[in-house]
Amino acid sequence: MSETPLLKLSGLEQVFDTRKGPVAAVGGVDLEVKAGKVLCLVGESGCGKTTTARAAAGITRPTSGAVEFRGKPLTAMNAAERTEYRRSVQYIHQDPYAALNPTRTVYSTLTAGLKRHGLVKGRTEARAKAAELLRLVDLTPPESYLDAYPHQLSGGQRQRVNVARSLAMDPKLLICDESTSMLDVSIRVSLLNTLGRLRDELDVGFLFITHDLAVAKYFAWDGEIAVMYLGKVVEHGPTPEVIGNPQHPYTKALIGAVCEPDPDLAKANRSAEQLRSAEIPSLHDLPAGCAFHPRCPAFEPGVCDGERPLLQLAERRNVACHVVARDRRRAAAPDDRTLTFDAVPGSRRPEPESAI
Amino acid sequence: MTDPILSVRDLSIAYKTGRKESVTAVSGIDLDLYERQSLALVGESGCGKTTLGLGLLRLLPGLGEITSGSLTYRLKDGSTADLLKMKPEQLRRFRWAEAAMVFQGAMNAFNPVIKIVDHFADTLRDHSDGKRKWTKAAVEARAGELLETVRLDPDRVLQSYPHELSGGMKQRALIALAIALDPQVLVLDEPTTALDLLTQRSIVQQLHELRKKFGFTMVFITHDLGLAAELADRVATMYAGRIIETGSARDIFYEPKHPYTAGLINAVMPVKGLRPQLESIPGYPPSLKAMPSGCAFHPRCAFATDACKNERIDLDLLTERPLGMSHTAACLHHDQVRFERKCTDTSAARPASIVESETADV
Repeated sequence: MSETPLLKLSGLEQVFDTRKGPVAAVGGVDLEVKAGKVLCLVGESGCGKTTTARAAAGITRPTSGAVEFRGKPLTAMNAAERTEYRRSVQYIHQDPYAALNPTRTVYSTLTAGLKRHGLVKGRTEARAKAAELLRLVDLTPPESYLDAYPHQLSGGQRQRVNVARSLAMDPKLLICDESTSMLDVSIRVSLLNTLGRLRDELDVGFLFITHDLAVAKYFAWDGEIAVMYLGKVVEHGPTPEVIGNPQHPYTKALIGAVCEPDPDLAKANRSAEQLRSAEIPSLHDLPAGCAFHPRCPAFEPGVCDGERPLLQLAERRNVACHVVARDRRRAAAPDDRTLTFDAVPGSRRPEPESAI
Repeated sequence: MTDPILSVRDLSIAYKTGRKESVTAVSGIDLDLYERQSLALVGESGCGKTTLGLGLLRLLPGLGEITSGSLTYRLKDGSTADLLKMKPEQLRRFRWAEAAMVFQGAMNAFNPVIKIVDHFADTLRDHSDGKRKWTKAAVEARAGELLETVRLDPDRVLQSYPHELSGGMKQRALIALAIALDPQVLVLDEPTTALDLLTQRSIVQQLHELRKKFGFTMVFITHDLGLAAELADRVATMYAGRIIETGSARDIFYEPKHPYTAGLINAVMPVKGLRPQLESIPGYPPSLKAMPSGCAFHPRCAFATDACKNERIDLDLLTERPLGMSHTAACLHHDQVRFERKCTDTSAARPASIVESETADV
C-alpha cells in the first residue's frame, strides 16, 4: 500500500487546560483514512471521538502529534494549501436543528461556501448548482426546497441540507460527527444510503463518528472500525472482524450491550456478562495501567493495573489489552496452557420457545 | 384477576394551535393493559407516543386536551375509577400512588437547584395518601431504600444536586423516584435515550429486576425497536396518532402485518448476525395539520390502493389471544405483507450452522 492516505493522524494528543488541571481528552491516536474508504470511530460519550474529529478537520490545534492531509502536515501548509484543505475536508454536524442558520434560506446556506471559494459565477449558476446538490441528496423537486427556511423542514430534510452543503465544496473527505443519531430509523437508512453512494461513486473518504455499532457495521462494512475508550484507541481493525469477532473486552461489552430488534435473541442476551462497574472513570483521574481495568470482566490483578497496554497486532487487527496479548503469546508457545477469555455470549439464537 | 388494570377507549388528544384551531395528535386509541404486562409504544418522532403516554396520567401540557374517550383504572383497593372524571385533588393522590411516570430525558427531568433527597420529599409528601406523615427521617429512610434497589449509594446520592450525578445515575434515581409510592402502573418515556450503550444496558437489566421484584405494569415509549424487543411482552406501533398494529413482541418482530411496522423493522440495523439489506420507507411522516385521508400511511405505502385513500381503517383482528395479546393490524392488505430479511452477504461472521437455523426459524 504505497498510496498516500487522504488523512493521517499520528500521535494525536489533545490536552485541555481546566481548573482542575490538564485533561488529556485524546491521548495519542494514530489513524488513517483512504480515499473512498470509511473509518468509523466508535465509543461512548466523552471518549474523545469528537475531539479527534475536530482536530482532523483543523478546527482545533492538537497539543501534540500531527494531522496530515495528503501527506502534508497541516502546520506546514501555506495559505493556498490551507484553503484547498479547508475546501476538501468538510464536516457534517450532529444536530440538524442547530447546524443550519435559521435566518438563511436553503439556497443561501448551500451557496455561501461556493461563493466564498469563488466556485460559481453569478446567481443563475449558483441556483443551478444548489438545485443539483439538492437532487444529489434526494430532496426533489429542488425548487420546493431552495427558498425554504430551516424551520419549514423536518429533521431528516435538514440533515440532508447539511449533507448537501458539505458536498457543495466537492470534498475529498467528509467528517461525519454522529450525523445520523438524531434521525428516525427509516430516514437514517436512506441518508446512510445517500452517503454510501457518495463514497462509492465520488470516491469520498469518510471519518465517521458514531456511538451506534449497528450504524458502524452498516456503513463501514468495507472499511475499518476504531473503538475508542477514554481518549485512546483500544481496538482497530476491519469492520467484519471487529464486529464479528471482537477481541478487546471493551469491544465485547459494547457489542454485548446492544439491544437487538429480536425478542428471542434479547432473551438469550440477558445472561450476558456484566461489567464490574457501570461508571466511566473521570479523565481527571485515569486509572493506572489499562484505563478499562476497573470495569473489565477479564481483569487480572497484577497484569492489567500496572502498565498502559499498547496497541498490538492480534488476529488481523490492533488490540490494546494485556490479557489478549498474553493469551496470544501463550497460544504461540503451544506447551503452555491457554486461558482465553470467552466471547460475550450473543450471536447465537436459542431454540424457539413454545409460543406464549 | 382478568380485569384489565387500565382500559382506554376511543381516546383522542388535541393540541390548541390558535384561538379556534387545534390539531389532533392522538385519536381513536383503544387499549387494555393487564397486570404485570409490559407494553411498548413504538413509532417515529411526532407519531403521538409521548402525547399518549402523558395522556394516560392526564399530565398533558396546558395546550393539550383530551377531546374524547375514557380512561378507566382499577385502583389498588379493587375499585375502578375514571381518570377523566377525577377532581384535581383526587388526581394528585392518584398519580404516583397508583400510576407513575419516568419522564423523557433523565438529564433534564430533575430540578437543578434541588437536592435529590428533596425531590423524594416533595413526591412522597405530595402524592401519598396523607395518612402517613413524611418526616425528614422517614423520607430519608424510604429514599435510601429505593436508591439501594436501583444500586445507588444513598450516602453519596441523597445530598447531591442533579448536576453532580452522571447520566446513568440520574436515570436510576429517576426510576427510584417513580416507584417511590409503589405504583401499579409505570409509564416510561424513552427510558434509555441519550444514555451510553453500556449504561443503557445496565438500565435495561435494572428494569428487568425491578419488574420481577415489584410486579408493576409497564408502558414504555420508545423509538428504539431493540429496546422494545428487550423489554416488552406486547408491542403497539403508532403512526400519525393512531395505533396501527398491536401484538406480542414475537408477532411484531417476526411477522409484522402492517406495511409500516414491517418497514420500520426492515430499517433497523442489527449488530449481531448477518448483514441484512436495509430498506428505508420512502417519503416523510405526514404533518398533523395535513393528515392524508383514509389510511394515513397510504402515500408512503407500496400496497396502497384506492380503497386505502377513502376511509379510515380500523384494527383488524388477525390472531386472537387472551389478555390483550391478540395480533391486530389496521391494514386492508395485511395478507400481502411478507416480512423477511434479505441478506446482502452470508459470508459474515456467522458459522454456517447458525445461518441454517436462522433461515429455518423464519
